Amino acid sequence: MQWEVVIGLEVHVQLATQSKIFSGASIAFGAEPNTQACAVDLAMPGMLPVFNEEALNMAIKFGLAIDANINKVSVFDRKNYFYPDLPKGYQISQLDYPTVEKGHLDITLEDGSSKRINVTRAHLEEDAGKSLHEDFHGQTGIDLNRAGTPLLEIVSEPELRSAKEAVAYLKKLHSIVTYLGISDGDMSQGSMRCDCNVSLRPFGQQEFGTRTEIKNVNSFRFVEKAINCEIERQMDILEDGGRIIQETRLYNPDKDETRSMRSKEHANDYRYFPDPDLLPVVIQDETIERIRQSLPELPEAKKSRFVSDYGLTDYDAGILASTRAQADYFETVAKRCDDAKLAANWIMGELSKWLNQENLEIQQSPVTAQQLGDLILRVKDNTLSGKLGKTVFESLWQREGEVDAIIEKKGLKQVTDSSAIEAMIDEVLNANAAQVEQYRAAEPEKQAKMLGFFVGQAMKASRGKANPQQVNEALTRKLNG
Amino acid sequence: MTRHLLTKAEASQPHLNSFITLCHDQAISAARAADEARTRGENSLLLGIPVAHKDAFCTAGIRTTSGSRMLSNFIPPYESTVSRKFKDAGAVCLGKTNMDEFAMGSSNENSFFGAVRNPWDLSRVPGGSSGGSAAAVAAGLVPAATGTDTGGSIRQPAAFCGISGLKPTYGRVSRLGMIAYASSLDQGGPLAHTVEDLALLLKVMAGLDENDSTSADAPVPDYAATLATPLQGLRIGLPREVFSETAHPEAARALQAAIAELEKLGATLVDITLPHTALSVPAYYVIAPAEASTNLSRFDGVRYGHRCDNPTDLEDLYSRTRAEGFGKEVQRRILIGTYALSAGYYDAYYRQAQRIRRLIKNDFVAAFSQVDTILTPVTPGPAFGLGAKTSDPVAMYLEDIYTVPTSLAGLPGLSIPCGFAEGMPIGMQLIGNYFDEARLLNLGHQFQLHTDWHTRRPDVTRITASAN
Repeated sequence: MQWEVVIGLEVHVQLATQSKIFSGASIAFGAEPNTQACAVDLAMPGMLPVFNEEALNMAIKFGLAIDANINKVSVFDRKNYFYPDLPKGYQISQLDYPTVEKGHLDITLEDGSSKRINVTRAHLEEDAGKSLHEDFHGQTGIDLNRAGTPLLEIVSEPELRSAKEAVAYLKKLHSIVTYLGISDGDMSQGSMRCDCNVSLRPFGQQEFGTRTEIKNVNSFRFVEKAINCEIERQMDILEDGGRIIQETRLYNPDKDETRSMRSKEHANDYRYFPDPDLLPVVIQDETIERIRQSLPELPEAKKSRFVSDYGLTDYDAGILASTRAQADYFETVAKRCDDAKLAANWIMGELSKWLNQENLEIQQSPVTAQQLGDLILRVKDNTLSGKLGKTVFESLWQREGEVDAIIEKKGLKQVTDSSAIEAMIDEVLNANAAQVEQYRAAEPEKQAKMLGFFVGQAMKASRGKANPQQVNEALTRKLNG
Repeated sequence: MTRHLLTKAEASQPHLNSFITLCHDQAISAARAADEARTRGENSLLLGIPVAHKDAFCTAGIRTTSGSRMLSNFIPPYESTVSRKFKDAGAVCLGKTNMDEFAMGSSNENSFFGAVRNPWDLSRVPGGSSGGSAAAVAAGLVPAATGTDTGGSIRQPAAFCGISGLKPTYGRVSRLGMIAYASSLDQGGPLAHTVEDLALLLKVMAGLDENDSTSADAPVPDYAATLATPLQGLRIGLPREVFSETAHPEAARALQAAIAELEKLGATLVDITLPHTALSVPAYYVIAPAEASTNLSRFDGVRYGHRCDNPTDLEDLYSRTRAEGFGKEVQRRILIGTYALSAGYYDAYYRQAQRIRRLIKNDFVAAFSQVDTILTPVTPGPAFGLGAKTSDPVAMYLEDIYTVPTSLAGLPGLSIPCGFAEGMPIGMQLIGNYFDEARLLNLGHQFQLHTDWHTRRPDVTRITASAN
């Protein structure tokens, strides 16, 4: 049987507000346990939540960026369940009246075509604390620093048809929220967490199959692997004539498998009802308009501008515009060296190679955009050969100083003095008289190949500093002359 | 004076049990500080005035229990907005008064710290849930106390104990630091002998609190300044649903006499209708327990308060902690509320109750287009005997029939003494429009200028005499 994969994602994005969504405590990551939880976060008796408008503005920003409806009235509800890291015994969330509804975003598929994915809703809620099971000798420690951190839960329609599409969607979301500056998007610290709803149905069938939900996947790579391994698991069951049980599953990256967490029968009745401690949130048209005016340029717009203003290819522009940090870096380099194509090549080539090697984000790059711009300038004006440019790049990476100082210190300046080059070539030719004879006796097609040998010798003699183009010209002239 | 009152309160404890905690040291040092301030020529609204706070208000460094075993060891590190405002005004807090556990009750028999008795007759209840505050004021242990009112918890004990009490408009007084029962109904307010005192106390308590989203951004008038306004032409509505009921005959006669007195003072009586009154108690006993069931989820034995011994696992920790920590009535309301919010029952109970709440509110809005204030009894009759209604929760819930509609509508209600039945004081309730406390206080004060019910005191010499 041919199966069609149906995927919908629920993505929790931690909003980069100054303080928590319903209290004044800080939300910084990594503080000592329970040092960033105030009486409200600890759910002390008599404490009351006060809604942080900064979180609302961020939700509106997101809604506008995905062309969604911003509900004029949204309501906070209590979602009731008992868990030690949920201090109040309920989570404040939005059920019937979320702030954002009915938006969409476009993802690029592998074949380069574009697909529109509808976003059902995005609602505001508070995060829970963390349960720590290690280091407590069979007991559980509770850290409530995270309790009350603002989350935007973004729910997609079940319109994704493969793990790759799911990842493309997630990356697009990541790029939007980081562009908007409403989240740091750092998945390793839990700033973006993903629940994946996966089901299969025979091709052509209208109704959905029974789905399972894989909870809390926290990297692009794991999302792809978790979904693929869940697809395989479900397919095995269905092919054997079995049926899928609606349940929540967890992905174990070490074993590359999902395992059951709880079935629907054991699901909580959350007893949602409007939180009487909070008034409905009323959003004025002027607020929406003010936020619309303040929206930054978004990935799509930036990509087209890179194509039209800098003459980049669609592909290059798409990569460079995929994160705001990368786009900003590119524009700084391009302006500094006044050569967008070279800037793009260096960023997507040398820089990303080094970043990947050391697993760094572009904003953590030891080579600043100004430095890379300077370096490209020195290649453009022939001070450096392309090869020596890479040597200088490495020195910049090791933080050995600025471009010109490195060139000076290491004596890497390219030799472009033609008499010096000619003298050097004469030496090479004299030292290799036999090869010169062979070259001159050879067919023209073979000569082209043999030229490489002399170029290599000449560059070696100059310790890489001779301008390769000049060496080439002079050699050809002398050998054929 | 502080020392004298503390001694009196101490002596009364075995008889009345109106306090959960007496704050000897803090009270003496606060009184001393007030004396020094006065010597320096400073003054503030309540400088040196002794008060007591219902144990639902968190007081920094002073145990705050909400009448529950669950919080019998709880010392808040923060001050409720209400108690802080009293502190700032110079008041001296003598102690924390007894109450029905988590403010759930109409008789003050639901306290982990024992029932409170009515100073007029020790075999009767003082009303609830602010029964400790009402009894303490009535017995002359303190001139004023704070209370909280969710469905009548200030007005009913004030009536049973023969004193004055005010439940302000919802949002008038900050709920921050007030341990919640039902968040959309809870409202703090004052209890004292006279309406004049209530005017002063409300001035201190009221006002916007940025840290309570439901607190109202409405100006706080000088309530004392309008107390003297004559009642000429004031329209008082008498809901026919209330007065057509078969009432306690002695109480009804007293109330009729009070109405006649108001008419003599220049008020016009208007026949009005509040058609949905009968639905108010059922609606209230869905909404309040629903909110309570989740408000009380935080008491789980994890972070503070009571925790059961040697829990075997998480489930055991939760169930034993809560079974041990909560009393019967609290458990009953948590169960009712949980049920009312459950999948499949939500529409039939919670949503329906919210609809009724809107209808009741609309009744009042319509009534206030014809009248300035509405008059009803506070309770069906005078204080009943201890244990008389404990075995029948529904009979107990029906005690709230006259106070609950006001609560559901969020309107202010004033309870003042207006006579006696069975030798016990009874009260009348004056209901005002939103944020119209000034008119209620004016009306109540004018009534008290021409009557002396509020000056009657129970004989407490025997129960407040110290042992030596």
